Amino acid sequence: MTQEEAKKLQRIAQNIRLSVVKSITAAGSGHPGGSLSVADILTTLYFKVMRIDSKDPTWPDRDRFVMSKGHAAPALYATLAEAGYIPKEELITLRKLGSRLQGHPSMRQVPGVEMSTGSLGQGLSAANGMAIAAKLDNRPTRVYVIIGDGESQEGQIWEASMTSVHRKLDNLMVFLDYNGLQIDGTIVDVKSFTNPAARWEAFGWHVLEIDGHDIEAIYDACEEARATKGRPTLVVAHTVKGKGVPFMENIVDWHGKAPSGEQAEEAIGHIEAVLGSLM
Amino acid sequence: MADVPQKIATRAAYGKALVRLGEINRDVVVLDADLSKSTRTDAFAKKFPERFFDMGIAEADMMGTAAGLAASGKIPFASSFAIFASGRAYDQVRQTAGYCRLNVKIGASHGGITVGEDGASHQSIEDVALMRVIPGMTVIVPADAIETEQAVFAAARHEGPVYIRTGRSAVPIVFDEGYKFEIGKAATVCEGNDVTIIACGVMLSASLEAADILCGQGVSARVLNMATIKPIDVEAVVKAAEETGALVTAEEHSIIGGLGSAVSEVVGEMCPVPVERIGVRDVFGQSGTPDELMKVYSLTADDIVRAAVRAIERNGT
Repeated sequence: MTQEEAKKLQRIAQNIRLSVVKSITAAGSGHPGGSLSVADILTTLYFKVMRIDSKDPTWPDRDRFVMSKGHAAPALYATLAEAGYIPKEELITLRKLGSRLQGHPSMRQVPGVEMSTGSLGQGLSAANGMAIAAKLDNRPTRVYVIIGDGESQEGQIWEASMTSVHRKLDNLMVFLDYNGLQIDGTIVDVKSFTNPAARWEAFGWHVLEIDGHDIEAIYDACEEARATKGRPTLVVAHTVKGKGVPFMENIVDWHGKAPSGEQAEEAIGHIEAVLGSLM
Repeated sequence: MADVPQKIATRAAYGKALVRLGEINRDVVVLDADLSKSTRTDAFAKKFPERFFDMGIAEADMMGTAAGLAASGKIPFASSFAIFASGRAYDQVRQTAGYCRLNVKIGASHGGITVGEDGASHQSIEDVALMRVIPGMTVIVPADAIETEQAVFAAARHEGPVYIRTGRSAVPIVFDEGYKFEIGKAATVCEGNDVTIIACGVMLSASLEAADILCGQGVSARVLNMATIKPIDVEAVVKAAEETGALVTAEEHSIIGGLGSAVSEVVGEMCPVPVERIGVRDVFGQSGTPDELMKVYSLTADDIVRAAVRAIERNGT
């Protein structure tokens, strides 16, 4: 990846962060922390890695993305808007009566949303189904998933992880958004989930560990996953919850609340300053 | 021989139907959760190994995987015991098959207390209620092998999630080959004017037996087979209420939330007449033979007869 390209992607990620803050502020509720932590992964997937066409969102050979941690919906919607699936102006209707942009993603309402999620732990199973279907039909489709670290306390994640390996789903790649926080506190305090790489390796996955905000590292991981045959790849993406908004970073409280108008201004000011430095 | 009706378990008919369906529709895939010999999906597994997925003992994962397959254009039949398909994986069915309106077909075998010796942990008496309350879910409880086979094909043609509940025990063939099952349409199996017995699943043959007994007592009982619990055939229920004035529902399920509730909802809103519900009366089952259990939980032809008499009496007062 050229430096110029990396910069372009970083700008997109910052624009996604801007939309996350603006839409959650307009909604008066939502989940900023875990939305901001996945912005760089989403950017790399949608603007560099995935074979998709926003003009033809049901193209059978397309790659699929499943946001298993559905509360990061604002980041997914912002990404889909950047990619041209939905109008950017629509983002401020998030969580409002009559809006397509439900609090958690609904595949029947938003083009580009491949699976409705929100009840945690279920996205990987659905992604397995998509990866199996692609293999049955000999399609080039690859399936990408983001799961949360808190979400990994759900047993179904581990049921599904066994399926992915048993079915040799090398067309499947999972990002673990390892930001270390959940609603009630740190993962370590609530129900510790240490050394995820070892856990996933023990389940038979090809495991990588990267800085989840380093776009080049994210891209390289995707390339390595693509080249890995016979088993699925899981990336432990070390991330910062609230990344990009200094007063939200690593603060548990910003899991699920909207900033005030004043706080939003501060957040937007900061993101725009970073954006300016990337020009 | 002609007098002895042939008996086949509806789960066996389900397994056979899947094979036939698989032959004509390549998009049909079957999933199971380590019960393929019991749910009878093993025949499909043998014939189409590349389209059969044993998900191991992981019903939640199975339902999610089925959703992903459906989202990619497949027609998955996810099979397990009714207790696990509906209860163990309830949220997965609700969030994906239901909320996403995906083309997931749930083949739930071993419904009700005729599971028998395995006991209450395996006797599903709540599944129809659980599935019926999910928006957009179609719920079918076929009465015999003929109807089961047709229900499987109808489910595959239907766009959206379908729950098909079958049973473990062999039950008499009631319908002939000319029978046409249609989702949402009740079938009048026996004409009558004094009372209507509305039945589903294994209770259909008991209801026909009850109608015979009632006939001997000078009571003319209509028997309506209500294989589709949802969407229920409102027109048929109203017609039965208006024409016979008294109803009995008969199901191998809790009297709460299943056929009895569905019929009562229609009747209560549209044409109030006495309704007597035959079903499991808000208790868990226990180990025993199917026949023993049907007697203990008052699900026999004699119980239906008594309920019919009560309904007629209430209508007269």
